[in-house]
Amino acid sequence: MSIEARKPPPQIALKIRRVLGGKTGWNGIAVQFAFAAVLGWIAYEIVSNARANLENQHIAAGFGFLANNAGFDVNQTLISYTGSDTFLRVFLVGLLNTLVVSVVGIVFATVIGFIVALCRLSPNWLLARVGEIYVEIIRNLPLLFQILFWYLAVLAALPNPRQSISLLGIAFVSNRGLVIPRPIGESGFEAFLAVLALGIVASLALRIHARQALFQRGQMIRIWPYVLGLLFGLPLITMLVAGLPFSFELPQLKGFNFAGGSRIIPEFVALTLALSTYTAAFIAEIVRAGILSVHSGQMEAGSSLGLSRGTTLRLVVVPQAMRVIVPPLTNQYLNLTKNSSLAVAIGYPDLVSVFAGTSLSQTGQAIEIIAMTMGVYLLISLITSAVMSVYGWRVSRSLGA
Amino acid sequence: MKRVTLALTLALAAGLTAQAADAQTLKTVKDRGMLSCGVSQGLPGFSSPDDKGNWTGLDVDVCRAIAGAIFNDPTKVKYVPLSAKDRFTALQSGEVDVLSRNTTWTISRDTSLGANFTGVTYYDGQGFMVKKSLKVNSALELNSASVCVQTGTTTEQNLADYFKANNMKYEVIAFGTNDETVKAYEAGRCDVFTTDQSGLYANRLKLANPGDHMVLPEIISKEPLGPMVRHGDDQWFDIVKWTLFALITTEELGVTAKNVDEKTKQENPELKRVLGTDGNFGEQLGLSKDWVVRIVKAVGNYGEVFDRNVGAGSPLGISRGLNNLWNKGGLQYAPPIR
Repeated sequence: MSIEARKPPPQIALKIRRVLGGKTGWNGIAVQFAFAAVLGWIAYEIVSNARANLENQHIAAGFGFLANNAGFDVNQTLISYTGSDTFLRVFLVGLLNTLVVSVVGIVFATVIGFIVALCRLSPNWLLARVGEIYVEIIRNLPLLFQILFWYLAVLAALPNPRQSISLLGIAFVSNRGLVIPRPIGESGFEAFLAVLALGIVASLALRIHARQALFQRGQMIRIWPYVLGLLFGLPLITMLVAGLPFSFELPQLKGFNFAGGSRIIPEFVALTLALSTYTAAFIAEIVRAGILSVHSGQMEAGSSLGLSRGTTLRLVVVPQAMRVIVPPLTNQYLNLTKNSSLAVAIGYPDLVSVFAGTSLSQTGQAIEIIAMTMGVYLLISLITSAVMSVYGWRVSRSLGA
Repeated sequence: MKRVTLALTLALAAGLTAQAADAQTLKTVKDRGMLSCGVSQGLPGFSSPDDKGNWTGLDVDVCRAIAGAIFNDPTKVKYVPLSAKDRFTALQSGEVDVLSRNTTWTISRDTSLGANFTGVTYYDGQGFMVKKSLKVNSALELNSASVCVQTGTTTEQNLADYFKANNMKYEVIAFGTNDETVKAYEAGRCDVFTTDQSGLYANRLKLANPGDHMVLPEIISKEPLGPMVRHGDDQWFDIVKWTLFALITTEELGVTAKNVDEKTKQENPELKRVLGTDGNFGEQLGLSKDWVVRIVKAVGNYGEVFDRNVGAGSPLGISRGLNNLWNKGGLQYAPPIR
């Protein structure tokens, strides 16, 4: 190192950046290698020490237990499952239950969040106050408390199955959940599905065509009548030609409960309600911040062009706000997914409840099960982040930023 | 011992300490001046805190007896309330020295958890509780019922076996803690609440109208409940095991908390051996000569413990049944102290 006349004063942040960056040459690379080696050594020590301790205490280790029979039942399974299936199957059942409550929760949270944010920004005094009260109450109460509230409120409001509320005699609401008729595929089922798929693909193609026409030639094409025809008219005609694609299995009260039909359990409803309303309060604030970050001149420009307030928001303000909204919105989606593990408090069979709870206790293999569960949450979170990053990148690109 | 520095990292990462394998539990307990005892989060009769935070119950008295034998002071116990699913991890990691938490002795728990059962403090069996208004008189009438159960218990598996064996359908709703399970049952989420029969009687006391609920006669499983200790420390295993046997032996000999001082003066050779005026069995265990006297002074004999917590002298009023002494028609039996 040569000494230069005008050397800037030493800065720690700068030094660290130079050490980790490539500009310092061999020095930096050596440090990085040493760092990686230390990390590797710590990881190796942890694994080997855990293994030695487990062996000393005669605690079973390894993933062989996944092939053993679980021997307990789960009350909401998206794939077929009985008590004689394996722990691996339990893992999948729990994972799917976690995913379904997260996805449904995210959709509802986003919708509610946007609505509340627009309420708060509304010039209507009453709407604005309602939005404000919602945000301030919901985000300041603990989530577990809200989950228990919804669960006990939902349960308390509903009668037992024998006095269940009948909806037109085909669906029933009771404290066992909502029972609806279950569709069973008949002869015309494949044809119906094929036509429906065709309708969706054709509608998407139409939309792409319409957007191209709009952006390239400035030509507005009205596509919604065609889309309606493709999505509903076409399947309807197929039904008339090929006969009904499915029949319905009606739920019937037998003994203590309903037999037949499909059921949405109250635990799922309570958990989804709690997660989506809670996260929506945070999303509302994020969306509000995003919209306020767009210069007020944009709104005025929209008005001066004769666009209505709604249209200006949709076409001018929100697309620009999305750049600010997307990164913190991703955080909220991740929070919601992770918070779904509070399900165990109300008996919803999510991954933590059936796998990191029941299975762990039955097998005692804490290290393997907790590692698998953590790995899954990490994977879900990374995938969510990746999807949101791609979306954020597209938003920025379309704005020419 | 080069790995000692990493033990802390490991404890965080894996819930296991190097010390757990080193097997010096008695010394650790003495150095700490406290016995760390894993109990339930509140099951009347077995382990539950009163309004002043004092723990009582059959499982609690086991902890008190062990503390009495070691320190001659039954209050030197730190109670660690554990949920059913956390209990084994707490024992494996060394957070508790003994797990006295209405835990069923099974082969898989004895062999794969790195822990040993030291004996049976209560012979139990799984039963069902329903609302009287359902007009059900037998568990075989429970087809298509919804059942509330606490997660991470043998109960969950017995339930699956029983309904499968009898060709009945059911819906299971599993909760993390006992209180959540009972609350959901009371809210009407399920028709049936199932756990060990002693637990059903205990939990019935927590309901708003205990008289509206009944325990069905069927017992569908064997549930021998007892304390657990970690593998690898035989001395500690012996201490806990023989503390239980001392409780039973003193009941056989009619030694109670009240008459123990008087009994030590008697010239009966068996009494002299047990109460430590003759021989030094206590010292061989690593305790003092008068270890049995200390235990009985701390909690009384097994019969007294049973009556006070779950038996005739308690709100639960459970009869001795299987838990009577072997010579009175029950199963409680202790090897001789000699």
